[in-house]
Amino acid sequence: MKPRSRIESGFAEEIAAIPGGERLRECIQCGTCSAVCPLSAYMDYTPRRLIAMTEAGMKDEVLGSFSIWVCAGCYACTTACPKEIPITDMMYALKRTAIREGVHPRRFGTPVLAREFVRSVDRWGRNSESRLAINLYRKTHPRLLLQDYPLAERLRRRGRMRLRRESIRQRAQLRTILRAVEAVPDRAATTGGSPTAGSEGAR
Amino acid sequence: MNYSYYPGCSLKGSSNAYEESLLAVFETLGVGLDELDDWNCCGATAYAAVDQMKAFAMAARNLALAEATAEGGVSVDLVAPCAGCYMTLLKTQRYLNKHRSVADTIEGALEAGGLHYDGRVRVRHPLDVLVNDIGLERVADAVTRPLQGLRVACYYGCLLVRPFATFDDQHNPTTLDRLMEALGAEPIDWPLKTRCCGGSCCGGPLVGTIREAGLRLISVLLQEARRRDADILVTACPLCQFNLECFQERVGQELGEPVELTVGFFTQILGLALGLDERRLGIQRMLRWRLPELTSVEGGGARVYA
Repeated sequence: MKPRSRIESGFAEEIAAIPGGERLRECIQCGTCSAVCPLSAYMDYTPRRLIAMTEAGMKDEVLGSFSIWVCAGCYACTTACPKEIPITDMMYALKRTAIREGVHPRRFGTPVLAREFVRSVDRWGRNSESRLAINLYRKTHPRLLLQDYPLAERLRRRGRMRLRRESIRQRAQLRTILRAVEAVPDRAATTGGSPTAGSEGAR
Repeated sequence: MNYSYYPGCSLKGSSNAYEESLLAVFETLGVGLDELDDWNCCGATAYAAVDQMKAFAMAARNLALAEATAEGGVSVDLVAPCAGCYMTLLKTQRYLNKHRSVADTIEGALEAGGLHYDGRVRVRHPLDVLVNDIGLERVADAVTRPLQGLRVACYYGCLLVRPFATFDDQHNPTTLDRLMEALGAEPIDWPLKTRCCGGSCCGGPLVGTIREAGLRLISVLLQEARRRDADILVTACPLCQFNLECFQERVGQELGEPVELTVGFFTQILGLALGLDERRLGIQRMLRWRLPELTSVEGGGARVYA
């Protein structure tokens, strides 16, 4: 296939810079990852193609793909890969880059969930499931909240859905630890470091 | 023997039945679980999509807190029942061990927070503890109500045995099957033990591609278990349980593939075999719980498969 727009020569290096990511270069395009992936049928590019496209520097196509958000992170590909490429963690690196550069599909549940989740646990130390779910509906498809309300009500009656805020005691300590990570220079490409994390980032 | 216990957010929320049944069965078996004080989010999988290093730092604070509960350089067993937390904590340990850049950053961050981690925590799943520490013979001896005739689809899901766990086989795990046999139940033979349930596709408003993909994965698992005459599907993961139980109606409505199956935690089934009251096992919290009348066997009758 032909790249839609430009080739980013540094893109492969950027993704390969994650810990263990140098194995990306070992890919023999055997397709085992695509074969074992339970979701490849729903992807616009299979994992095998995504690896080839990443290596070729087709940044726009890779980061704009549905595939990286359809990936459920089940590690089936990582376990099966004969070249021991950390494919799932590479997928996470692609997700991080897409969020950081604000190029994921608008109102798409998964990246919004990830950002909201991080914002909440950074601040409180724990996730309050019900609050997260409501926030997610609010920011993506508010009308679906009505449709899904009966399920929420059934769970609530069984004591499985509480709105109470979960929190740790030592929030200041956790904040100090996370800030210390953020302060490490030149780490954005290797392990994330999204400047928009916790803010109203993506378009 | 006592273990340090890391519940994670789900067991304090929508999966409180998992926590209730876990604590009840471990108490019955004489094993203590001491909840780790002031534990925080494990740095769950969704976090890795935003910032992997901060996710490691989240996990590492828990490891440091757990390590600090033991004195004199003794190692600590930290029990994490949620498959997501379990994998995340193991993954963090793996990266700390294998990648100097990760170890240096995390060491510095913990130090800033007045913490330190030496690598003396062993992350364990309750299934691992049951099979390898407590032992299936001891479990079978404690059975008062054998589950003869109950056909169980043992579902391990993705993150319990992949990619970092070592207590079971990654491709064909058997610990849950052996536990169910020890309770007198009959684990069905099926090929989808570790196939992803699609939980991360269904974790919110379901639209478009993600909706279709998520519902399809649920349908594939439930239909296959039903086809093989399973009475119940048991899981060891709060996300799998929620996903496979709560969206059954939607699968029927939208894919035209109606399927009903009881989906429970393995600890609930274990608790029933140990003769515990259903309320202690959180069974009243489940959306659907229909099991066949079990043949009662006088004087036990549990079998042990080594």
